Amino acid sequence: MGNINLQKVSDAYFDVLKEIGNIGAGNAMTALSQMLQCKIDMRVPQVKLLNFQEVGALMGGEEQIMACVMLSVEGDITGNMMFMIETSSARRLINKVMMGYAQPGEAEFTEMELSAMKEVGNIITGAYLNSIASLTNLKIYPSPPALTIDMAGAILSVPAIEFGALGDKLLLIQSQFFDEARIDGYFILIPDLDSYARILGSLGLSVEGLSGEE
Amino acid sequence: MSEIIKVGMADLNICQPPDGLTTLGLGSCVGVALRDPVTRIGGLVHVMLPDSKSIHGSQSMNPAKFADTGIAELVRRMEQKGAKRSRMTAKLAGGATMFAVSGRSEVGLVGQRNTQACRQCLAELGISILAEDTGANYGRTVIFYPETGEYQIRAVGRDSYII
Repeated sequence: MGNINLQKVSDAYFDVLKEIGNIGAGNAMTALSQMLQCKIDMRVPQVKLLNFQEVGALMGGEEQIMACVMLSVEGDITGNMMFMIETSSARRLINKVMMGYAQPGEAEFTEMELSAMKEVGNIITGAYLNSIASLTNLKIYPSPPALTIDMAGAILSVPAIEFGALGDKLLLIQSQFFDEARIDGYFILIPDLDSYARILGSLGLSVEGLSGEE
Repeated sequence: MSEIIKVGMADLNICQPPDGLTTLGLGSCVGVALRDPVTRIGGLVHVMLPDSKSIHGSQSMNPAKFADTGIAELVRRMEQKGAKRSRMTAKLAGGATMFAVSGRSEVGLVGQRNTQACRQCLAELGISILAEDTGANYGRTVIFYPETGEYQIRAVGRDSYII
């Protein structure tokens, strides 16, 4: 694995990663807004370096129930891409996509609704990753999407474990968006550490200062 | 007043009745609860990874992160308070496979490997496992009561149950 030392990730790199999150999420939002034919706003993305203990508080607590579409990413950049959305927002989103045919109320999601959610996740994370691929000129191959609806803490343990093998912190790019109908969601791009070096390198930033080998 | 002490990700803690220990949203991580039935000292560790020895470098200073060092540290902390290892029993929960992702199979295997590693570490320390709720594909919130040794498990869309 890479030899980036997370403690040395400087503000300048944070800004670059933030901009990547901005571009990726911006494109994803365009895709989503075209699909839903409505206006969608997004917040300024955040790059976060978190202790594992802080991860749970990221989206309203460990027990907040979220729908999450995850793709693993291969190619020049390896890692995970996640699209997380609160279940109530997911319901509204699915309802829009299915043009009102979705089941109302708080019943469990039907097979069809889950499939629609997965496809929405697939399309917008695809747009996110495509824009990063063309920006950095790196090859990115996303896997087919996997969907789960569960507690935020449990979902986020998956990327946390990947980082746990390398250090005691989790580095992620988080973008939040919302529309008139209050759909709150998060994109989380979690590249492996050596992929961070490759992303920054492709944009002309030296990663020597990030090397963990003193 | 009894208190429920929160244990975070890659964290551990101990307590005595009437207090309890909880960890929220266990995914592929494993929550190992230990208890000495005589002193009724209890401990809970939230293990993220199976083995500290496979990790090189000095970036991992947190013993609670790994099954081997986490369980050993928890036992040490409990012994400091007067618990005896020979009397300790364990209960496990977690180790789920959160995503059925094709391709990089490692993601799917972490939960299983964590559970396996915990079982092995406990066996090496001579601590028997009384009950276990591991695997499957959903997250769990657990609450451990050293008073009775009850390990309460909650999951989304399921009734809470006790092992």
